[in-house]
Amino acid sequence: MNTSDSAQTQAGEFALLQSLSSRVYTALGIAIALVLAGLAAAHYMDVNGHWVTGMNNHVVWGIPHVFAIFLIVSASGCLNVASLSSVFGDQLTKPLARLAVVLAVGLLLAGLGVLILDLGRPERLIVAMTHFNFASVFTWNVFLYSGFVLLSLVYLWSLMSPALRMWRSRIGMFALAWRLVLTSGTGFIFGFLVARDAYDAAILAPLFVTVSLSCGLALFLLCMAMLRTIIGMSVSQPLLQYLARLLLQFVLLAFYVVAVMNIGASYVQEHAGFQNFLLYAGGGYTTGFWIAYMLFGSAVPVILLTTPMRESFAMVVLASALVCMGAFALFYVVIIAGQAYPMDLVPGYVVTSSSFMDGAVAPYTPRLPEILLGLGGLGFAGAFVLLCARVLPLIPISQSSRGLE
Amino acid sequence: MQRKATHPIEDRSRRQFVRQVVGLSAGATLLNLVNAAATQAATPLRTTAAASTASAPEAAHQPRYGMLVDTQKCATGCTHCVDACSREHGLGGSNAPLTDAQWIRKVDLRDVNTARAVSLPMFCQHCEHPPCVDVCPTGASFKRADGLVLVDKHTCIGCRYCIMACPYKARSFIHENLTEQLPRAPRGKGTVESCTLCVHRIDAADQSQPACAQACLDAGHGALLFGDLNDASSALASRLRKQPSRELRADLALNTAIRYQGV
Repeated sequence: MNTSDSAQTQAGEFALLQSLSSRVYTALGIAIALVLAGLAAAHYMDVNGHWVTGMNNHVVWGIPHVFAIFLIVSASGCLNVASLSSVFGDQLTKPLARLAVVLAVGLLLAGLGVLILDLGRPERLIVAMTHFNFASVFTWNVFLYSGFVLLSLVYLWSLMSPALRMWRSRIGMFALAWRLVLTSGTGFIFGFLVARDAYDAAILAPLFVTVSLSCGLALFLLCMAMLRTIIGMSVSQPLLQYLARLLLQFVLLAFYVVAVMNIGASYVQEHAGFQNFLLYAGGGYTTGFWIAYMLFGSAVPVILLTTPMRESFAMVVLASALVCMGAFALFYVVIIAGQAYPMDLVPGYVVTSSSFMDGAVAPYTPRLPEILLGLGGLGFAGAFVLLCARVLPLIPISQSSRGLE
Repeated sequence: MQRKATHPIEDRSRRQFVRQVVGLSAGATLLNLVNAAATQAATPLRTTAAASTASAPEAAHQPRYGMLVDTQKCATGCTHCVDACSREHGLGGSNAPLTDAQWIRKVDLRDVNTARAVSLPMFCQHCEHPPCVDVCPTGASFKRADGLVLVDKHTCIGCRYCIMACPYKARSFIHENLTEQLPRAPRGKGTVESCTLCVHRIDAADQSQPACAQACLDAGHGALLFGDLNDASSALASRLRKQPSRELRADLALNTAIRYQGV
């Protein structure tokens, strides 16, 4: 930490966000404004019904679910930053573990919040917490998500309490296993859907795991950039380069799984229709896949992270933002295009007429309320980190002597 | 009666897998069972007339209600079944086909190879292994002992996962506030609904025909034959035994209670 000594107090090797500068107020204000806008949108949807959104009986899961999946999957990947030191013994990232855990909790709570507020009957949350169908992967996820939050809090406790130092590695290992199951479970939400061409594939679980690693780390880097901007948190060059290399590996890993999934599906005649839709004839979905995910979400970050440009903090941040954007686009394509593409109700026949638009690509255009709800989730994660940093010594100061500048 | 061969090995494996997962959460499962029992006791729809008299010796027969759709008798452009369903359940649309509830809809098809035209009604297929029931997190989607797949509107949280899972797009999410619902068809904003095969008629035991089948019969088509698949003496079972029929998406091995002829 090389600046804003007035803004923080030292607690061991970690700083507490103490006095609030105008930049902190601004960041917190933006985050809280997003949360309030999201809550207002959720209330509007609840009062009027979902017809005020772009969702319909074909595309029943829309942009709120894209946000929610993105946030939950990122939470898992963000916790991986803590695993690097706790489980794999990496010393360089050890000071970042607390911040990573808190951000992971914030992201997961945000994703859950978006999911809950998008329910048709959000006031029946208590029903979801007291009536369980264990054949449903949603039910598994109720336990996996709530367990993730509890486990992360214990994990954070072990990171902050010397008394629990001896348990840190074991808790970290357990958290790693938990989040792998959690992210797989999130992928299985779609992987277990036998009805639709786009889903019904076990590879969706590893896809979600690998994308979680890339976008989770990318979001963590963006969080560091935010803290650098508002309180002057500095990042050492070795740490930056280490995280940049790691991000590069994760982006390539996710790209590999995406490629395998699509090559495999394209080879099977049964999926040829959807693959043609996704990769060639799907209009905005095709553009989203090739331009948003493949080009700007994968290729450009790889270029930024493999050339000397990666020595620049700004370029690493840009690469992180693009990775997040690409992951979001990928989830949008997986979730929305998979629903928009018509189902083969009667194999061997084409639909010539239907009052429900069977056989046609279903329209979906996100509308403001549902977009605001999703953005509210992002705002919550940001506000959560800032407020936690206010009361807990999360921000490492050990990097200050090797500041980027 | 012609019944599609099920896949007991695959079914057993899947169920064993689920049971193993359940075993890992023994304590929570106990809570679930308690809740399920309480819900079942509090929800009359979950018990059938047959089940309620299960102690009687003559009630050993367990019906499974289903329907045969003869597409050769189903006229293109005819919507008697759809209209009757709307009247029976108070399905007033807001002229928004993407969001209006459609418990039953007419779909016109053309054979890809021969160009033969076919018209048929599409609705909940009341599967023996319903994906909507599997994925429902609260158990609001459930299958009765007589095979009817229904939604408990009191425990539906509106997550729409069942709509994602249904291979027939047979379920509707209520997108707007409703008024003047009919007592026999409880409906509400933010929940999911679908064809009940007119469960209120079945349970009343005085009008066994669903409204759609009755309307089709009254219109002189007779394309919809309702009955008990498990009763070998029923007209439905007899016809299925003698004539070829098929399930839609038979590849999914859901063993639907709705069978189609001529497609």
